[in-house]
Amino acid sequence: MTASAIPERLPVDAGGHGATGAWGMILVIVTEASLFAYLLFSYFYLGSMARGGWPPSGAPELRLALPNTFILLLSSVTMWWAEAGIRRGARGRLRVGMLATMALGIVFLAIQLVEYHGKQFTPRTDAYGSLFYTITGFHGAHVAVGLLMIAVVSVRAGLGHFTQRHHLAVTNVTWYWHFVDVVWLAVFTSLYLSPRFL
Amino acid sequence: MATSAPAVSAPSLHEKLLRIWETPHSLFGVLGTVDHKKIGKRYLVTAFVFLLLGGIEAALMRLQLAGPDRHVLSPEAYNQLFTMHGVTMIFLYASPILSGFSNYVWPLILGSRDMAFPRLNAFSYWMFLASGIFLYSSFLVGQSPDRGWFAYAPMTEGTYSPGLNMDFYALGLILLTISTTVGAINFITTVFRLRAPGMSINRLPIFVWGTLTTSFAILFALPSLTVACVMLYFDRRFGMHFFDASSGGHPLLWQHLFWIFGHPWVYVIVLPAMGIMSDLIPVFSRRPLVGYTYVALATVATGILGFGVWVHHMFATGIPALSTDFFSAASMVIAIPSAVAVFAWLATIWQGRPVMRTPFLFAAGFIVLFVMGGVSGVVTAAVPFDWQVTDTYFVVAHLHYVLVGINVFPVIAGFYFWLPKMTGRMLDERLGRWNFWTMFLGFNLGFFPMHIAGLLGMPRRVYTYPAGLGWDAVNLITTIGAYVFAVGVLLFLVNVFVSFRRGRVAGPNPWDAPTLEWAVSSPPPPYNFAVLPTVGSRHPLWEERLQEPGGRSRIDEGPALAEGRETLGVSPLDAQANEVITMPEDSLYPFFLAVSLLVTFYGLLTGAWALAIAGGVLDVALSIGWLWPSHRMVEAVS
Amino acid sequence: MLGWVLIIISCLVILVVGMLVLVGSWRGHTRELGPPERSGGGLRWILVGGVIVPAAILTAVFIFTVVTQAAVAAPATPPAITVRVTGHQWWWEVHYLDRSPSRMAVTANEIHIPVGQPVRFELTTGDVIHSFWIPQLAGKTDLVPGQRNVMWLEADSAGIYRGQCAEYCGTQHAKMALAIVAEPAGKFSQWLDRQRQPAPAPADSDIAAGARVFASSACSLCHTVRGTLAGGQLGPDLTHVAGRATLAAGMLPNTRGNLAGWIANPQAIKPGALMPVVPLRPTELLAVVTFLQSLQ
Repeated sequence: MTASAIPERLPVDAGGHGATGAWGMILVIVTEASLFAYLLFSYFYLGSMARGGWPPSGAPELRLALPNTFILLLSSVTMWWAEAGIRRGARGRLRVGMLATMALGIVFLAIQLVEYHGKQFTPRTDAYGSLFYTITGFHGAHVAVGLLMIAVVSVRAGLGHFTQRHHLAVTNVTWYWHFVDVVWLAVFTSLYLSPRFL
Repeated sequence: MATSAPAVSAPSLHEKLLRIWETPHSLFGVLGTVDHKKIGKRYLVTAFVFLLLGGIEAALMRLQLAGPDRHVLSPEAYNQLFTMHGVTMIFLYASPILSGFSNYVWPLILGSRDMAFPRLNAFSYWMFLASGIFLYSSFLVGQSPDRGWFAYAPMTEGTYSPGLNMDFYALGLILLTISTTVGAINFITTVFRLRAPGMSINRLPIFVWGTLTTSFAILFALPSLTVACVMLYFDRRFGMHFFDASSGGHPLLWQHLFWIFGHPWVYVIVLPAMGIMSDLIPVFSRRPLVGYTYVALATVATGILGFGVWVHHMFATGIPALSTDFFSAASMVIAIPSAVAVFAWLATIWQGRPVMRTPFLFAAGFIVLFVMGGVSGVVTAAVPFDWQVTDTYFVVAHLHYVLVGINVFPVIAGFYFWLPKMTGRMLDERLGRWNFWTMFLGFNLGFFPMHIAGLLGMPRRVYTYPAGLGWDAVNLITTIGAYVFAVGVLLFLVNVFVSFRRGRVAGPNPWDAPTLEWAVSSPPPPYNFAVLPTVGSRHPLWEERLQEPGGRSRIDEGPALAEGRETLGVSPLDAQANEVITMPEDSLYPFFLAVSLLVTFYGLLTGAWALAIAGGVLDVALSIGWLWPSHRMVEAVS
Repeated sequence: MLGWVLIIISCLVILVVGMLVLVGSWRGHTRELGPPERSGGGLRWILVGGVIVPAAILTAVFIFTVVTQAAVAAPATPPAITVRVTGHQWWWEVHYLDRSPSRMAVTANEIHIPVGQPVRFELTTGDVIHSFWIPQLAGKTDLVPGQRNVMWLEADSAGIYRGQCAEYCGTQHAKMALAIVAEPAGKFSQWLDRQRQPAPAPADSDIAAGARVFASSACSLCHTVRGTLAGGQLGPDLTHVAGRATLAAGMLPNTRGNLAGWIANPQAIKPGALMPVVPLRPTELLAVVTFLQSLQ
């Protein structure tokens, strides 16, 4: 039996979900997800060792964070919609969808800043404060990076770089954006919801 | 696009490929090369320099400890030296040196033309160099990290470590985690997409299995260190309270985070080396590895189990018995895959016809030291025994047996094995034997007595010890042995330098070895393969003589892919060719991004926030520039 | 016991594998790189040597380990004495606990226990992580901020047992030793009673002079001598310092000369130690030494 024959014709830089660029993004997501896992581990570890109540000033308010969660979820929908558009060659839909995603993302961050402003504790107050701001801050930083990526991809879309067959950058950014959303759900559940059950 | 072409007897093809792939001999070439062979060599040289620096640190320490109550070093100097010795060896030598071998060898042994992300490859090297520069610049201001390489809180907090020492540590390690992580992403993507058609997953060399396993381990383990270092930096710089027991934090949080990273890390620094040995021992036993599948599985099993043992570094901290029992059991179970590997090697030697060239000598020494280090590890997994020997010189002995035995010895063996491929010249055999015996005997003379010192009650990390405790003799012997070992390392360097110009010409396959890197010239051309090979077995170059049923590799015939920088992409498991992948040209972005990040981090170190922010903005701009598609790419798709 | 078994098994394993390497390398060896060949078999090596034998040995070792660990988890009889040890950079604060506060005793760096009786230790720290380790009596237990670790030990025979801090705790980690003195129950009770007493009134004018210097200089800002005005809490309690065998956390024999040298310049003996150089004229130094040497 001879070695597997190589087909006569092969695509060049086929793109798609098996492309090296896609592997790269998935692996980045894997390692960043681990990062958040360790942050949340730290939260629960210090919580388990805490003498007295945890969180010290009671569970954080949902007044801003809950609507904010829906805003972020909505932004994932718009991003999905945008990518689905370019998969069908609809460049206009791509641009509109990304614009909407960015707007929602910016709103998310703005509301988060408002929430920070209203908190009675700072990162220096105690370990809980350090954890709260660091975890949500890391997430916010990932959102900001995501917004930057969407902005760059939007510019490229405006320059006509993407077609129905070749739009790997859009796919990658979409996956990243969904990842950021999933991380928020984990953070939200851990920081805002779990004190109400545990 | 047509893919197959008969191998043109190749001056024109060679010249065409040379023009496409060769790095220009200019400053741009030096700073911008993405050639994995050049990057691999840089990793090897830089990591080796750090090995020597770490060795000098150790030599000074041993002078201080050669006798009781000596005054060669002040306590502060000693504490900085032992910390930097650990940081240097574990972070700046042990993993990068293996990355160096992986970088150089992988595309060749996999039958490809480069790594999946060549610019990212260059970036990971520049970041490694940057982190080394950052950490060592601490010596220039006399404030090197001095709280031990595992830096337990709260002694590392601002209250007890007011200088910049531990800021250098925290930020320097974060720089390094960036390098290591992107390297891991590169290795994983490369092995799954860029190898010779026909090299299915069960035909990968064990060296590849080793680095692949550790690359996954890196993705999951390194973020723990990043989180810990960020928290340390925040505690110190911004007055946060992660490790501060008086404000709801806890020192053991640091230990958990550190060791959740730290234990998998020790497997990161040995599994690729074990892989090198698994591929090298068969060459010098003149037969394929016994139990390839089991060794591959053992490699992966060790990588996974490595995540389940971290608490064995914390047995004395006051954790409940149920927890210590679990981790004790896991720490013993992890010995089993290692035993599988050891006996696979022994079987290969026994069932083969060993040739005792220098690489084989180092391999034999490696097996012995591996087992010695392994058993001293297993005994410390027994909790009550650990309560006596942890934090003593017994553990220092254990960790050096495993690190020198399972990393340094394979690395030297790897050099003897692959330097001829890299330089085209063999190393001297006679010097090699002297090299081996000096290193082997010196190492044992130096480190075996440490077991005894530990059992006699000598704690670790002490800058001196009183006379009359019975520790004097073992310490003196250790110092002598350490210096003999150092002479051995020097002999290696002498051999390398002497052979560089005057060694016997190697030719493509001086060891008559079976894998693809030995099919090309020594040194290989910049494009690796004139035509891309197809593989039919684990031992392409031995197929004719082994006459085994199964596929036949094709090395002299295959696609030339000479229209630009191109290589073949394959399916992840079965390695069916499914794509032609274009590779990027040399680029300065990796270098400048690393410089920019270094500047950013100096800003964070010194609290120069304007500098840090400016650096951050530049980091973003350079990243965008890097990722922006070239004209060529845009045209190709529109 | 566990330790010896482990060591013997380890040595056997090393010898066996070492022989296998040596013999295997020598046996079939050739000078030249011969043609590659695959002779069959060899998997049995992996099964036996790599899986079955190690699994058997490790299972036995693990069971032995768990049994040993359970055996040392608690003493045969409940300890009658509890000692709280608080680690500091770089000395050991020792409190003998008792239900009635008047029967508690404070000392430093030297712990006495009755022979043949288990003693309970509560371990805390005043600053960073330390580790309490008396090799001949027990394994080590860390002193962790925010946590109170508990362990016990028992001395089977009388004697002085040296210990040393076993977790890197800073500049003078190397010189943070301590001693456990195990003595017959009667002697121990006498010692403990004496530790409970405040310092006696000065017996002569030299001692009184020294006491005055001590109380009026920086000494009293860090050290306590119960029964005098010196009430500092930063350094070891010196009420009965003359009765200790060593100074500076086990580093110097407790002699007049060493004491003078230590007070005159602690940095020469333990560079980086948190005890400052207190400027004293020679007569004052001599007086303080005389005073301290009277504190039996």
